[in-house]
Amino acid sequence: MDKRDVEDELKLLQEKLSALKGEIKSGSKGDNILPIIQKLEDNAMSLKTELYRKVTPIERVQLARHPNRPTTLDYIKYLITDFVQLHGDRRFKEDAAIVAGVGYFEGIPVTVIGHQKGRDTKDNILRHFGMPHPEGYRKSLRLMQQAAKFRRPIINFIDTPGAYPGIGAEERGQGEAIALCLYEMSGLKTPIISVVTGEGGSGGALALGVADRVFMMSNTIYSVISPEGCASILWKDSGRAKDAAEALKIDADSLLRMGIIDDIIEEPEGGAHQDHQRASELMKEKLRSALEDLSQYTPEYLIEQRYNKFRRMGEFKDN
Amino acid sequence: MNGLFIKCPECGTTHFRNILAKSLYVCPDCGFHHKLDAATRIKLTVDKNTFEEFDKKMKSVDPLSFPEYEEKLKEAAKSTGQNSAVVTGKAKIGGADTVVVVMDTRFIMASMGSVVGEKITRAFEFAIEHKLPLVAFCASGGARMQEGIFSLMQMAKTSAAAKKHSDAGLLYIAVLTHPTTGGVTASFAYLGDIIIAEPKALIGFAGPRVIEQTINQKLPEGFQRSEFLLEHGMLDKIVPREFMRDTLANLLKIHRDGSDKNDKKFRIEQYGLR
Repeated sequence: MDKRDVEDELKLLQEKLSALKGEIKSGSKGDNILPIIQKLEDNAMSLKTELYRKVTPIERVQLARHPNRPTTLDYIKYLITDFVQLHGDRRFKEDAAIVAGVGYFEGIPVTVIGHQKGRDTKDNILRHFGMPHPEGYRKSLRLMQQAAKFRRPIINFIDTPGAYPGIGAEERGQGEAIALCLYEMSGLKTPIISVVTGEGGSGGALALGVADRVFMMSNTIYSVISPEGCASILWKDSGRAKDAAEALKIDADSLLRMGIIDDIIEEPEGGAHQDHQRASELMKEKLRSALEDLSQYTPEYLIEQRYNKFRRMGEFKDN
Repeated sequence: MNGLFIKCPECGTTHFRNILAKSLYVCPDCGFHHKLDAATRIKLTVDKNTFEEFDKKMKSVDPLSFPEYEEKLKEAAKSTGQNSAVVTGKAKIGGADTVVVVMDTRFIMASMGSVVGEKITRAFEFAIEHKLPLVAFCASGGARMQEGIFSLMQMAKTSAAAKKHSDAGLLYIAVLTHPTTGGVTASFAYLGDIIIAEPKALIGFAGPRVIEQTINQKLPEGFQRSEFLLEHGMLDKIVPREFMRDTLANLLKIHRDGSDKNDKKFRIEQYGLR
């Protein structure tokens, strides 16, 4: 069963339970209802166990894409005060698939940038399901360079299926726009922290990910290609996404083990979508200590360490 | 590229291999520039007997134990006689010393895994150390999926190396050849000071099929080809193969003495107006 179905069923059951308990309290039902309650509670327990047991790779993909997960704007709501959203790439257009702006994090001025998925169909159409065009990346780069100018740390939230595959995107240089983000971020003279908050999809995700510290929320994924895309290219069968999700090793634990990310941020029980505020609080702690840590270095040292961090990534035989 | 005949993927005409070789593997009928293997590209581009290869023995491993990857690597090595999808080294072009990077699509579509990323990064670092320009002949199907996240991270690694090279005041010329797609366009391929393409090459981030499926409409004629990109301002120049070596030699010559960042003088003063 899909995790989301289990979730719905559990919610329904818990509502029934509390209604029954209410009836007992008000004395409208007799003692004979107790066994029924016991049975319902047992059911709820087994559903919970099902829900929170070790999730499989493909279930992790579903959790990472859960429509109720907190988005960049949700995290901003809980973590950033006096937030001012800033728009546009000054070249062509505003791209709502990425939101960005300035505000305070725990009292210090920061620049915040993140992919933004929509909450409903209309919102998703406006935001291209969080898939940026080149202008989204150019806006990000403009504001990251501005952050460096004003010596503000940068906090990036990564949550995208990937960069938008379309005619306009190609005409205006999707590849170049992403490449320039990677290139410039490697030399930005300010601390950068990136957090994968949902789907870290390919180059479109990495464009916000060349950071001094890269974290993943515990139910997120970070991958060179979607499991569906991988399965359809390699095995001509997108139905084998489950196998691809497993083979690609895209969960936070695997990526931490491989030295790609620096730490994992635990999510509330059942996933970040269950409690946005709690998820934000858990993230706040990690961001705070990372910023504290990074603030002790000179910009030159930060850049050198950032270069070395990505320089080391890769596995090969040298002779 | 074995066999007596080669069929043009563009116009479908079949030509004798030796006739096509004489035309530098450019289709005599439609002008399509066929893919070249690394050795042929190097032979057509650099001054005779000047190429010294780097990291020839570097090999891929299978970091994710990905299904069928080992076999694929073995097959590619056997059919190409190479250990990886990129050949890097030092050479002269028109007398100018330069680092050369050549991608070879015969090796798993020249997709970028750890070895491709590492060799290209080392090539940039060698160029920085020796104050040399770098010329990269790009061609790639994109990421090496079988290496998962390691493949993705090569984009960050090579881009950072290109930035260091640029910060040292050195010239980087990217030559985009058929096909250059995916993660390679979204990293070092599009970071050249000068970006040249061969005629009619397919160049783009997303593959045409993926775009067609996403937007559910037919793509315009010539979409993602060199001529289309030039028109949209994404290329400096399209250079047919027969002029490539001379164009590169000329660009290298123009930049040759202009690559020392510590030299504060403008070129006008250094050369003197005539």
